[in-house]
Amino acid sequence: MTRKGQRFLLISVALAVLTVATGLVLFAMRDSIAFFSSPTDLYSEPVRESQRIRLGGLVAEGTVVRGVGDTVTFGVTDTNATINVSYTGILPDLFREGQGVVTEGYMTPSGEFQADTVLARHDENYMPAEVAESLRAQGVWQGEGSEGTQHPPANPPALTEY
Amino acid sequence: MIVEIGHYALVLALIVALVQSTLPFWGARTGDLGLMRIADTTAAVQCGFLALSFAALTYAYVVSDFSVLNVIANSHSDKPMLFKVTGVWGNHEGSMLLWVLILAIFGAGIAFFGGNLPNTLKANVLSVQAWVTVAFLLFIILTSNPFERVLVPPAEGDDLNPILQDIGLAVHPPLLYLGYVGLSISFSFAIAALIEGRLDAAWARWVRPWTLAAWVFLTLGISMGSYWAYYELGWGGWWFWDPVENASFMPWLAATALLHSAIVMEKREALKVWTVLLAIIAFSLSLLGTFLVRSGVLTSVHAFATDPERGLFILVILMVFIGGAFALFAFRASELRQGGIFAPVSREGALVVNNLLLSVATATVLLGTLYPLLLEAITGDKISVGPPFFNMTFGPLMIPLLIALPLGPLLAWKRGDLMTALHRVWWAAAISVVVLGCTLALFGITAWIKAICLGVAAWVMLGAIAEPLARVRAFSSPIRDTIRRLSNLPRSAWGTTIAHFGVGVMLLGIVAVSAFEVEEITTVQPGETRDVAGYSFTFEGLRPNIGPNYSEVVATFTVRQGGQLLTIMEPSRRIYPARNFPTTEAAFYTVDMFSQIYISQGDPTGDGGTVVRFYHKPLVTLIWIGTLIMSAGGVLSLMDRRLRVGAPKRARNAKPVRAAAGMEPAE
Repeated sequence: MTRKGQRFLLISVALAVLTVATGLVLFAMRDSIAFFSSPTDLYSEPVRESQRIRLGGLVAEGTVVRGVGDTVTFGVTDTNATINVSYTGILPDLFREGQGVVTEGYMTPSGEFQADTVLARHDENYMPAEVAESLRAQGVWQGEGSEGTQHPPANPPALTEY
Repeated sequence: MIVEIGHYALVLALIVALVQSTLPFWGARTGDLGLMRIADTTAAVQCGFLALSFAALTYAYVVSDFSVLNVIANSHSDKPMLFKVTGVWGNHEGSMLLWVLILAIFGAGIAFFGGNLPNTLKANVLSVQAWVTVAFLLFIILTSNPFERVLVPPAEGDDLNPILQDIGLAVHPPLLYLGYVGLSISFSFAIAALIEGRLDAAWARWVRPWTLAAWVFLTLGISMGSYWAYYELGWGGWWFWDPVENASFMPWLAATALLHSAIVMEKREALKVWTVLLAIIAFSLSLLGTFLVRSGVLTSVHAFATDPERGLFILVILMVFIGGAFALFAFRASELRQGGIFAPVSREGALVVNNLLLSVATATVLLGTLYPLLLEAITGDKISVGPPFFNMTFGPLMIPLLIALPLGPLLAWKRGDLMTALHRVWWAAAISVVVLGCTLALFGITAWIKAICLGVAAWVMLGAIAEPLARVRAFSSPIRDTIRRLSNLPRSAWGTTIAHFGVGVMLLGIVAVSAFEVEEITTVQPGETRDVAGYSFTFEGLRPNIGPNYSEVVATFTVRQGGQLLTIMEPSRRIYPARNFPTTEAAFYTVDMFSQIYISQGDPTGDGGTVVRFYHKPLVTLIWIGTLIMSAGGVLSLMDRRLRVGAPKRARNAKPVRAAAGMEPAE
C-alpha cells in the first residue's frame, strides 16, 4: 500500500466515523436536551408536552404535600408565578421550603409539571446559577454570582475539587 | 508564624520556577551546559519550597488555626484528625496548592531519574514544566491565597462540607491530580520536542512511562470518585455524566489514546505528528477541565468555589498554553519526518482505529459538555445536556472499539491477517455469541441492546485471555511448554492482557447494573416487610444516635433471603450542626460476591415510618474491580524493563525477551 493510499483510506475511515458520530449527536440532541425555564416562562410560553424541561426556582413555602406512598407535590416559584410539581421518589437532602431547586421532567396537559429528577445543591448557600439569574431577573434575589454570603470570601465547599 | 513561612515559601517557589522557566531554556538554545544543568537544582529546590508551603498549611489545619481564613471556612476543632488533614485539599485554594506540589514533585522526578535524557531535551522539558508551574503559582498567589489571615479569629470554624468528611477525600483528589499532572509531563515532552524539532522512537519511549503512570492515576482517581459518589451521595448511581465528571473523563480518554499511539511511534516511528498532537490535547483537556470546574460557568452537581476573577485567570492560562502549543504545533508539524507505511489490517491499523474512535468519543463528550455554554452564548437559550445524550452518542462509538479490542494485539505489525487472528480466538468469539443468543432467548428480541452489550463484555474478557494463550500456542503444545512460554512473556504483554481483561470486567459490571438493576421506592412503617429482588426487608424502626460532629436518625432493617437471616442494614440521615447540613448515609451489603443490596433512607413520614429506596445492584462492584484490574495492568506494564521509569537507557540496549521462536515483540 502506498503512502497516498494509506492516507486516503485513513481519511475516508475518519470521515465515516465522524459522519456516524454527527448523526448520533444530532439524533440524541433531538430529545435528550432540556431547556431551562422559570415558572413565569412556562406560563407565558406554552411548551410541547414532549419537550423536556428543566424547571428552576424556589420551593414555595407551605406547598410541600406528601401524597400516597412516596409521591410528593410542591410548588416551584419565582414569586411571580408558581408551577405545581409532582415527583415520585426520595427528595434530596437539601430540599427545603424556601430554598432553590431544579427539577427536570415534562409538562402534563393539566398544567402540572411531572418531574423525574429533583436537584437541590450540595451546599445550602449555593444557588443554582440559572435559578439565581432567573430570580434576579424577577428582582427577587440580589445575591452575587451563584453564591450566598457567609464569610465574604468563603466558598461553597466542593464535592470534589480538582 | 508558620503560616507566614508557608506563604513566603510559596513566593520563593515562584521565583525559583521563573529561573527554571528561562535559564535552562536559554542554555538549551545556546548550548550552554551550565545553564541547562541549573534546571536540576531549581526543580529540586522548587519542590522543597512547595513541600514546605504545603506542610505549613497542613500544620494550620492540624492545630485548627482559626486566624487563617481557609481553615475557618473548611475546618472545625471537633473534626476527626484524618479529615482535618484531608480538609487541606478539600477546598479550592488548598487543592490548587496540592496540584502545584505534585507538579513540582514530577518535575523533580524528571530531574533525578532523567539522567539518560539528552541534555537539551531535559532542559527544555523542565523549562516547559516550569512555565506551567509559574502560571499556576501566579494563579494561587494572586487569586487563591490559602494563607490569608483574618484580623479577628473566630472561636470556631465552619467545618468541612460533611460529604467531604470521608476517606474518599483522602484518596480521590490526590490520585486525580497525579493523573492530570502526569499529563503535564507528556505535554512538556511534546512542546520540548517541537521546540527542538526532533522527534523519534526514543522520544516515545521516554514519554510512554509518564503517560502510563498518569493514566494509571487518572483511572484510579476517576474510579475512586465514582465509588465515593456511589456510597456517599445515596443516589445509587455511579456515573452521572456531570460536567465535572466529564472534565476528568475527557483527559482520560485522550490519555488512553495517547498510550496506544505512543506504542506505534515507539515500534514503528509512525503516527508521530498525531502522538504529539494527542499529548498536547490530553493536557489541554486537563486545563479545560480545571477551567470549567473552577470558573463556575457550568452548572454541575459538584458545587465549586466559583469566582469570575479566578475563572478569567484560568481562561487566560488556558488560552496561552493551548493556543501557544497549537501554534507551535502548526509551525513545526510539517517538518517532522513521516514514519513507516502499514497495511490497513495490521497492529498499527488496529491502533489507529482505537485512536480514531477514542478521539471522536472524546469530541462528543466535549461537545455535550460545552454545548450548553455555546448555545447560551449564541442564542441565549439555557439548556442542559443530560445522561441520555451521552449514552446515545458515547455508547455506540465504544461498541466497535470494544469489538476490535481483543483482535488488535493478535494482528502482526505492518501487515496482519484478520482471519488468522479470528481463528486464534475463535472459542472466545463463539462463547460470546452464545452469551448474546442466551440473553435474547431469555429476555426476548426487545432486549437486543442488553444482549449485544453482554456479548461484547464476554468477548472483551475472553478475548483478552485468549490472546496470550494463542500466542504461546496453549492448545497445541504440552502444558509445561505453555507455562514456560507464558512465564517468559514480557511484563508489558501481561499488562496489556490484564488491562484489556479489566475493561471487560468493568463493562460486565456496567451492563449488568444498567440492564438488570431493581429499584423500589416505598414508604414503610415499623414492623412492615418489603420484598425486593428476592430479598425481604423488615423495617424495625428509627432511632436517634449522636456522632462526634453530627447527630443522626438510624433506620434498622432486617434482611432475609428465603427465610434465612442475612444481615442487619442501618441506613441513616445525618445532620452536621456546624453547617446545619443534612446528609444521607446509605447502607450496603454485598451478596453473590459482586452484587450489592443498597438501602437509602428518605424523609420520615412523621408517624414513625419513613420513605426508603431499596436497590438490588447486580455485579455492581465489578465496575470498580474492573478499573482496579485495568490499573494493575498499567502498573505491570510500567514495570516492564523496556519502559521502567528512569531506566530507558538500559532498556534501549536490551531487546524484549523473545521466549519462543516466531514470537513478536509484545505490547
